Amino acid sequence: MSCTAGARQVARSGEDALVQYAPWDRETARAIIVGERWRPGALLPILHALQEEFGYIDRAAIPLIAEILNLSRAEVYGVVTFYHDFRSAPPGRHVLKLCRAEACQSTGGDALAARAEARIGVALGNTTPDGEITLEPVYCLGLCATAPSAMLDGRVVGRLDEQKLDALLAEVDR
Amino acid sequence: MSLRLFVPGDAGAVAVGSDEVALALRDAASRRDVPIEIVRNGSRGLYWLEPLVEVETAAGRVAYGPVGPADAASVLDAVLSSGRVGTLGPAVVEPSFAHPTAGAEHPLWLGPTEEIPFLKRQTRLTFARCGIVDPASLGDYRAHDGYKGLERALAMSPAAVIETVTQSGLRGRGGAGFLAGIKWKTAADTPADQKYIVCNADEGDSGTFADRMIMEGDPFVIIEGMTIAGIAVGATQGYIYVRSEYPHAIAALEKAIAAARREGMLGEGVADSPHAFDIDVRVGAGAYVCGEETALLDSLEGKRGVVRAKPPLPAHKGLFGQPTVVNNVLTLATIPVILDKGAALYANFGIGKSRGTMPIQLAGNIKYGGLYETAFGVSLGALVDDIGGGTRSGRPVRAVQVGGPLGAYFPRSLFHLPFDYEAFVKAEGLIGHGGVVVFDDTVDMAKQARFALEFCAIESCGKCTPCRVGSTRGVEAVDRIIRNEDRAGNIALLQDLCHTMQFGSLCALGGFTPYPVMSALTHFPEDFGHTPSLQAAE
Repeated sequence: MSCTAGARQVARSGEDALVQYAPWDRETARAIIVGERWRPGALLPILHALQEEFGYIDRAAIPLIAEILNLSRAEVYGVVTFYHDFRSAPPGRHVLKLCRAEACQSTGGDALAARAEARIGVALGNTTPDGEITLEPVYCLGLCATAPSAMLDGRVVGRLDEQKLDALLAEVDR
Repeated sequence: MSLRLFVPGDAGAVAVGSDEVALALRDAASRRDVPIEIVRNGSRGLYWLEPLVEVETAAGRVAYGPVGPADAASVLDAVLSSGRVGTLGPAVVEPSFAHPTAGAEHPLWLGPTEEIPFLKRQTRLTFARCGIVDPASLGDYRAHDGYKGLERALAMSPAAVIETVTQSGLRGRGGAGFLAGIKWKTAADTPADQKYIVCNADEGDSGTFADRMIMEGDPFVIIEGMTIAGIAVGATQGYIYVRSEYPHAIAALEKAIAAARREGMLGEGVADSPHAFDIDVRVGAGAYVCGEETALLDSLEGKRGVVRAKPPLPAHKGLFGQPTVVNNVLTLATIPVILDKGAALYANFGIGKSRGTMPIQLAGNIKYGGLYETAFGVSLGALVDDIGGGTRSGRPVRAVQVGGPLGAYFPRSLFHLPFDYEAFVKAEGLIGHGGVVVFDDTVDMAKQARFALEFCAIESCGKCTPCRVGSTRGVEAVDRIIRNEDRAGNIALLQDLCHTMQFGSLCALGGFTPYPVMSALTHFPEDFGHTPSLQAAE
């Protein structure tokens, strides 16, 4: 399924939302690429599948994809770097996304983002040095009537306030 | 027969705890030994009441909300205690058990769902089934008028189907507002061995969530709309390009597509007709510009989401160089009702050239936020003040951004504007995808203008100079204005830059970013340290 990358992110309460990624492995990567290459316009489904497996797109994947899809390395590199979703390094054990778009700005999102940055000690777009948490901005989760919104390891959170944010951070800290 | 409860599985409801509520209800029911069935429906769109729990009764559904996990047991008790039999247990749970007034004494009781004014005042055509049906059930879809539009379409010639869509006056709901029927006709009239239907589900505008809601709450209507489009223009393959930020929608679509394939509604010989049509879901990767139809096509082809120059139009030369209809989710989701009920019924709603209904999304700092589908023509003020109830914070409404990050900020003095494509363009704004984001009087409009440019800089595909460079230079100009460095000169520079972006950009990203910037500057000059008299002198 082309969409498993997204579907796997759906985390319901009561489940362990934490996704464990496999370490980079060339042969696994090759099997994933070969498995997806039949699709018309296969590059994005391939990149999603690789990131779902490894948590990021390893540099070594680029020449491999280029070879299998008969593209230039530059073309593949260009696509990987164009899209915000594709990471060049593994994320932290937890990924907290905070919506930074207008509807969340109108409901105090700026202050919450600043609070999260201060408490975690890294700016949006970064991972803590201990690899525990990656804090990322996201531009709209489509939860704009229950703003501000966040997503922790694929779990959506609405009506975010200081207490809820602190609870999320405590959960990560556990 | 068990007691039937509805607890939305919609991401907006899940985000405020509906999964936990469903678990708590199951738990409470099993402790009371009461058989219940919980349907994870879509959202009704009354988000301030989410999680909204509904109980099926002999006289329709009754709602409770917002229900927290801690309220679940008491809600269940309230429903049960008002039954005909005083004792609890499976024996009392009969179809007629849950009475319409069941649980009316509960503080979260809202009465019959359909009678809630926010819902009662709407005209739901596109969203007729959303929140009502089980989104995972094709049988439920059929039981609620699903696939009637396709049935009609199959009895007509493709040309007649396209003519019906044209006659309905339906315009592209993604924001551009182009007549859907004309787009379809262009693709139909272009000879090719392979044509495509692409559903644009890259709903990136802040303040919008209608696509997400319908994908999660009534996914079969999108499948039906795409199938009708495929048959009308002669396309056999469809793609739904969904943004990766919508995992729940992706899961709902995949489930619905699998069910439709199983039941012969996708694949070879759709609904026992000679037509073949199938759909694949493709997931975006966090690029806002991919909501632009040509960038979306490049992304689907596995490339960087770079905007293409038009012509050629996608209807002539689109996905993989073939004739392609690219329609927004809401456009395609409206096709079945138009075919089922007729073009005239749809076209009778609305004003001017804006025909039919628009699923408007009330968002941000608003008391009653949610999905409000109504005929075009409703005023902005009615939406914000009467229907939306003003701000959630209780402070005065200062600005309203309509149409996402590329839409203008309107002050109260423009609240008379009717929701209509042309009226908003005339007021130097746009209705876009129908998102309305409310800000109270704590908003700093210079900061909002800066954000619009910053967002454009982050999301620019980089192909054209006005957008790629203009956005960054614009951020710098606003920063200088904020710092009070040659304010008049920098405001003039910003205006000039916006002019270049508006008329020189290849697509709406660079072309419309000036709307929020210029509207902020024009309507809220005081936030730029700019006195109204100075502005009038220019």
